[in-house]
Amino acid sequence: MRFGRVFAVAAAASLALAGCAGGSTSGGGDSSTLKIGFMGDLTGENSGIVIPPRNGAKLAIDEYNKTNPATKLELKEYDSQGKPEQATSLIATAVGQDKITALIGPAFSGESKAIGGQLEQNKIPSVSPSATNAGLSANGWKYWHRVVASDASQGPAIANFLVTAKSPKKAYVISDDQEYSVGLADNFEKTLKEKNVPTERDKFAKDASDYSSTVQKVKAANPDIILFGGYYAQGGRLLKQLRDSQVTATFATGDGSLDAQLISGAGAAAAEKAVVGCPCNIPDAGSTDEFSTKYKAAFNVDPAIYSSEGYDAATAIINAVKAGNTTSEKINEALKTIDFKGASKQIKFKENGEPSTDAINVYQVTGGVLKNLGVSTEAKLNG
Amino acid sequence: MLQDLQAQFLGSTIGGLVAGSIYALIALGYTMVYGVLRLINFAHSEIFMIGTVTSLFILITLAGGGSITLGVFGMIAVLLLIIIASAAVSGGAAVLLEQVAYRPLRKKGATRLAALISAIGASLFLQEAFGLKIISWITGKSGRVQQNAPRFIPHEELFHIGNGVVRTDHVFVVVGAVIMMVGLDQLVSRTRIGRGIRATAQDPEAAVLMGVSIDRIVRITFLLGGAMAGVAAALYIMEYENTDYRIGFLLGIKAFTAAVLGGIGNLRGALLGGIVLGLVENWSSIFFGSQWKDVTAFVVLVLVLMFRPTGILGESLQRARA
Repeated sequence: MRFGRVFAVAAAASLALAGCAGGSTSGGGDSSTLKIGFMGDLTGENSGIVIPPRNGAKLAIDEYNKTNPATKLELKEYDSQGKPEQATSLIATAVGQDKITALIGPAFSGESKAIGGQLEQNKIPSVSPSATNAGLSANGWKYWHRVVASDASQGPAIANFLVTAKSPKKAYVISDDQEYSVGLADNFEKTLKEKNVPTERDKFAKDASDYSSTVQKVKAANPDIILFGGYYAQGGRLLKQLRDSQVTATFATGDGSLDAQLISGAGAAAAEKAVVGCPCNIPDAGSTDEFSTKYKAAFNVDPAIYSSEGYDAATAIINAVKAGNTTSEKINEALKTIDFKGASKQIKFKENGEPSTDAINVYQVTGGVLKNLGVSTEAKLNG
Repeated sequence: MLQDLQAQFLGSTIGGLVAGSIYALIALGYTMVYGVLRLINFAHSEIFMIGTVTSLFILITLAGGGSITLGVFGMIAVLLLIIIASAAVSGGAAVLLEQVAYRPLRKKGATRLAALISAIGASLFLQEAFGLKIISWITGKSGRVQQNAPRFIPHEELFHIGNGVVRTDHVFVVVGAVIMMVGLDQLVSRTRIGRGIRATAQDPEAAVLMGVSIDRIVRITFLLGGAMAGVAAALYIMEYENTDYRIGFLLGIKAFTAAVLGGIGNLRGALLGGIVLGLVENWSSIFFGSQWKDVTAFVVLVLVLMFRPTGILGESLQRARA
């Protein structure tokens, strides 16, 4: 009985909210405003890497609306908490009730996998700023796009970069036992084998804190480069213990470790000169390029991970609308032909929705902070 | 294979001794409580975690955001300071834990199973309390992320044994652990309190008739076991310089394994079990890779228990030399 009453109140409240969200005009707003969704973890434990691309997208859309275009855009946010099951119910609301025209996101691979089919059925074009799982483009989705390179290009790009920069006689690949870590390490190893660099490998448990056995193996092998697949917590601890045991080989890792906590975990001295690759392009703190300046003026913080990718994902949709396309299908058609210089890189999509440039940026710890050295095919290491 | 063994054996042995010393110190707490109460204190791993947070707090306060540079006496002084503080806080926490989670059940004559569930509950409660609030009060960072302690003892090469390098911090850990173990062993086998502990372990009813206060002995047992976990925590922070709210989980399982391996309820068994476990883990990594560490540890445990069900030394606290 009581439950029934609560339910009725909740239903009434949600109806009222839906009324507010829909505005006073019935039929989903007037024809000169299109709704663009943004989906990702906006308040959960990984919101730190979703709020920056949300800000980037918001910046692009606000700028566009200021130019008083014929068709304005409205950004609607959907907080999926990064959970696939949350995303599936939210997208139903977004499509059925809010009638969004296009979607920026979802931010993560799991939720992208979960709602790809629904977007496809409803013919809603989507552009993700940060989902990197390699399998997403293998679903044959016609309405799905992303502006970042996948995990399959990250591993080889980082390994190739180091082989070019260091001409190593021997390499050592290390990872913990998590899915992302092992996948990235497999890619490292495959690429090094192709380049005929003798490679040895070790793996430890993700909860372990004493890596002395791994360190002993590395010492005995005496490699010139060490490639680590994994996140910053383990990466920082490993780097500290390697340097404490006088292992001086170049240490490199991927986007899971691209965080200041890699440096605080290892200690600034041990982390110095460590190399981190990422499919994202983050302007250095205090940069004065156009995007950084605009972003800082709007949000009062420096651009962070995936900020520029969020901006570019939104710009891709904006450019399609600018060309006079105001329906989902027409926008999707236009995305196929888009080609412009974005804040992160040149934005152009392949037939399967992948970006045509799978650029991986290289960062190096310099003076205790991560410095962007540029694209892996052109970057130069400092020692 | 032989080449690997030759290149890594000595280094792995040193690493194994360091890890084993810390396992052994934590194992003492499991063993003592089991000896006296026949109860596995599954919240003991969180007592260790509380110790690491105590050491972290002192080091962060001393460093004040910078680094700590000291002479030899300064290093030893700071190390003693964090050992004493962590031992006090961990010991106190263990006594409190016993008061809240175990004593009421014991007074009511509840089953051992109830005490076990209570232990698991206390363990989860402490983990979450620290993860949610307490760590962030202390460090000002989110309690869910790894906390880093500043370095105060250099991790520099001291001397070589063949191709194995012994560092300053290794020496501090092993020497510190051995001193503590010998101290505890002497305390249990020579003092009045020790005699009370042994008597209670052997026959609680008879001990009561002889005028031993069981409640007091149980409290002292928890205090000593907790203090040893605190010492282990201080040495751990000195060696690895980081902690988080779940740090006790894996170490707790390892230390418990070490206690069973050496013979649960036996102090010298805990020492032996810890060292054996540390060495076996590191040696097995030479052949199979580090991911097989934990598997090997448990295979060794099962093998030992198949042939010696009571563990390597097997005799318990009650029959320790009077």
